[in-house]
Amino acid sequence: MCYLYVEVHSVISIPPRLIHRGQASVYDTGWYIVLCCGVVLLTMTVFSGYFSHSTDFEVHRNWLAITHSLPVSKWYHENTSEWTLDYPPLFAWFEYSLSHVAQHFDKEMLVVQNLLYTSPATILFQRLSVIVTDIVFIYAVKECCRSVREEKGSKDLLGHPFFILAALLLWNFGLLIVDHIHFQYNGFLFGILLLSVARHLQGRHLEGALLFTVLLNLKHIYLYIAPAYGIFLLRSYCFTEDNTDGSVRWSSFSPVRLVALGSIVISVGALSFGPFIAMGQLPQVLSRLFPFKRGLCHAYWAPNVWALYNMVDKALSVLGVRLKLLDVAKLPKASMTGGLVQEFQHSILPSVSPSITLICTLLSIMPAVLSIWCRPRGARGFLRCLVVCALGSFMFGWHVHEKAILMAILPFSILAVESREDAGIFLMLTTTGHYSLFPLLFTAAELPIKVLLMLLFTLYSFTSLKKLFRGSLLNPLETTYLLGLVAVEILCEVVYPLSPWQHTMPFVPLLVTSVYCSLGVCYSFIRLYVSLLRQHGTDKHKQL
Amino acid sequence: MENWSLVSICVLFGLTARWAVSLNSYSGAGKPPMFGDYEAQRHWQEVTYNLPVHEWYFNTTDNNLNYWGLDYPPLTAYHSLLCAHVAKLINPDWVELHASRGHESYGHKLFMRATVLVADLLIYIPAVVLYSFYLSEGSNKKKVCTVLCILLYPGLILIDYGHFQYNSISLGLALWGVVVLGLGWDVLGSLAFVLSLNYKQMELYHSLPFFCYLLGKCFKQGLAGQGLFLLVKIAVTVLVTFALCWLPFLSDPGQILQVVHRLFPVGRGLFEDKVANTWCSLNVLIKIKTILSTDTQLYFRPVCLLLNDLPLPAIWFLQASTFSMLPLFLKDGLLVPYVVTSLAFLFFSIYLLSALEHCSEDKLRLGPYRRLLICMPRMDLGRVTKWKFYFSITAMAGLSFMSVALAPPAQLPDLFPLLVSVFSYLHFLGLLLYFNIVQIAEPPQSVRKNQKKSN
Repeated sequence: MCYLYVEVHSVISIPPRLIHRGQASVYDTGWYIVLCCGVVLLTMTVFSGYFSHSTDFEVHRNWLAITHSLPVSKWYHENTSEWTLDYPPLFAWFEYSLSHVAQHFDKEMLVVQNLLYTSPATILFQRLSVIVTDIVFIYAVKECCRSVREEKGSKDLLGHPFFILAALLLWNFGLLIVDHIHFQYNGFLFGILLLSVARHLQGRHLEGALLFTVLLNLKHIYLYIAPAYGIFLLRSYCFTEDNTDGSVRWSSFSPVRLVALGSIVISVGALSFGPFIAMGQLPQVLSRLFPFKRGLCHAYWAPNVWALYNMVDKALSVLGVRLKLLDVAKLPKASMTGGLVQEFQHSILPSVSPSITLICTLLSIMPAVLSIWCRPRGARGFLRCLVVCALGSFMFGWHVHEKAILMAILPFSILAVESREDAGIFLMLTTTGHYSLFPLLFTAAELPIKVLLMLLFTLYSFTSLKKLFRGSLLNPLETTYLLGLVAVEILCEVVYPLSPWQHTMPFVPLLVTSVYCSLGVCYSFIRLYVSLLRQHGTDKHKQL
Repeated sequence: MENWSLVSICVLFGLTARWAVSLNSYSGAGKPPMFGDYEAQRHWQEVTYNLPVHEWYFNTTDNNLNYWGLDYPPLTAYHSLLCAHVAKLINPDWVELHASRGHESYGHKLFMRATVLVADLLIYIPAVVLYSFYLSEGSNKKKVCTVLCILLYPGLILIDYGHFQYNSISLGLALWGVVVLGLGWDVLGSLAFVLSLNYKQMELYHSLPFFCYLLGKCFKQGLAGQGLFLLVKIAVTVLVTFALCWLPFLSDPGQILQVVHRLFPVGRGLFEDKVANTWCSLNVLIKIKTILSTDTQLYFRPVCLLLNDLPLPAIWFLQASTFSMLPLFLKDGLLVPYVVTSLAFLFFSIYLLSALEHCSEDKLRLGPYRRLLICMPRMDLGRVTKWKFYFSITAMAGLSFMSVALAPPAQLPDLFPLLVSVFSYLHFLGLLLYFNIVQIAEPPQSVRKNQKKSN
């Protein structure tokens, strides 16, 4: 059924070649080029005078050096630098190919012993590599825009869902901050993810599967959303037909399709891990990929359930000491004044181990995954499940970094421009999620940039979605909460640093930001789940 | 989308671009003993904070005029004093007499850049928004596009936020004058312009149009009645504003003479000439033109309107003016911001204002040129203009690349700056000629509209 829809949709959306000047269409490229150039030029203006202090810069320089200077057998054994290679082999090959270009900029950056090496040429090369690989992202966004459903009726360009989606993705605050100011290759990786999603929306499932497998071999964090892919492809691709009541028709199982999918996964995996399996290094590679020695939370707590858990634990212990129920000496050190440390020891509530987080994550995504098995709603149902998996893993995962919120926000943008309810949840999630990225940029020079870009994106997302869906998308409580973010920002950046507690308890702004944002993110997660289950319920109701 | 949100987005984008350029180098960074304009501004804060008013413009033991002596009118000095008070609160070392000479630090740079941003936000940007919405024609969309294009003008961004100056204050005040005059409030308009003049004496470039416009308006209202009253009001406003600005110096004629001597010295160097180019170009940007038509109606046609009316020549001119300052930007280490902001400006303004589509002979008002070129009747002047524009931009790009990548021959060390200057000069000449011909030869749109209505 979903394929029929997708096919019809793609036929309808192909416009005649001669397009009337007044009508805007996703096939006019002018506006798209302007949006892309705008963001590229903005990022170039920022980086030209800006010397990055982020550790990720050194991480990637180190990986360039390792892959260029050392033979393949040493890649996952090398540990001169503390930033060892902890991405899958395909990413290492990617760094290897980049290093061939890098040697023309500055050969010194490719020497493994040159720890923390930096030079203008190095910075230029690194920044340019992010911008150039963003081409993948730009192409992927274009493909997503083509797949967007929209109502009939002429609108001016700014009101079209595809324009809004393009702006929300290309100018996404989180991506700009993390990739271009902080430094990562997320544009490239999310480009592949969004392209894979776009292919599924367009009914080209094998391509989508291939892209996802490649992505998985580039960065293994995407394992969290693999269940969504797995179940969706199994249910909606391998079983070619459904019964009239929507349940699975076991007889329509197509072994050919299963074999096709399997061979894609295996061949990409072989390309990536093959050399290491042949060298017998697989255990070593896996140990590098999944280091569970780090703590439950990052040094800055990502705004997830564990942040709230830690907060409650801290509050209870402080209360306990005040009420003389607990002995200060018996409490673990650093839990009272130490603030945010990686190895956070819980004093009152039970400790959380990696296996517990895994179980929680699986439990959180189980209903969503079961839902697309029992009542598949085509590619859009899959997309919703993907977002839920990403968000669920963010909520309950082990050592989650706040950047991971982008894995939920970016795909969710597609749903946000198509449904009113999703737009409301999107606004809540995005604003809170983006604000939680603020501590990534902590110097005074970055303050105006992050505030201005945040205002730009937030203002645009609110006004454009409000206009698209004609009316207010948030209830007063939600609006108050979001306005509270402004107060939190002023408190953390202006008021607190001037107060006497800045020296005794410097972690308080981070704590406040983390806990406040986790309330918003948890709320969005619950709302998203409710909407998913409600849809599931409506479908069931329709069958009866 | 509603206007206010679109305009806010444009302003936020403009501010982000400005701050992003701020992160780059400034004039004279790390170049003792004289440094550059950045140090000059810091020095003025030091002088105005620590010394009494009557010593600001004089050569004394504490104030060596050879080291960046004050050479702008008193309003600049008061602004420096205000900034100095703020600087003192944050870090007294920044304005310590003598000891702070050549002070360069991360925190200080942020502070100085912030002062430019605040001034821009309070004065120039609101003027641009009000100007686009109240004094330009076209749909709301077009007005928003005009705001964005004006805010993206690379010349001003690079000079104020790169090189380091406060042109946005004087320019903003002058633009306020234009806006307010356009709304019919002559006294306030002249007040705004006088303030602008008292910030930078370069505004004298703009004073003639303001003067002619206001005088003409007085004549029109009849010197025997309303006109005279208006003239008196304006004269009083101007004199009182001048008096207030120069108040501390009025006690001693020697003071006044010294200040005037500092403002208009003989023998300015080549360096100032390059920055004077900005003024020449910005002059066109907000040149007020008065037309006395046969109906003796007075019109107000700020040339910003050109971005709406004649987008291609306006963009061309503005880009040429930015290009003319290339040697200065290279000296300050602002190559990447120059390239990026120029590309952004060209891209956005050509796309948003549909500059290349409004390129017919009629739209470009090339009638007089057609008459001149009577011997070549078959040429499509619109297309010729478009191709000249492409060629010109390519040549600018080529010259920019050569200035950076190639070393000049030993016998001609200043070859590239010279080529840039000559090229820009030819552009200025040609485009200024064009603008003047267009304005004089053809009746303004409003007159044409009126004539259409009456027929």
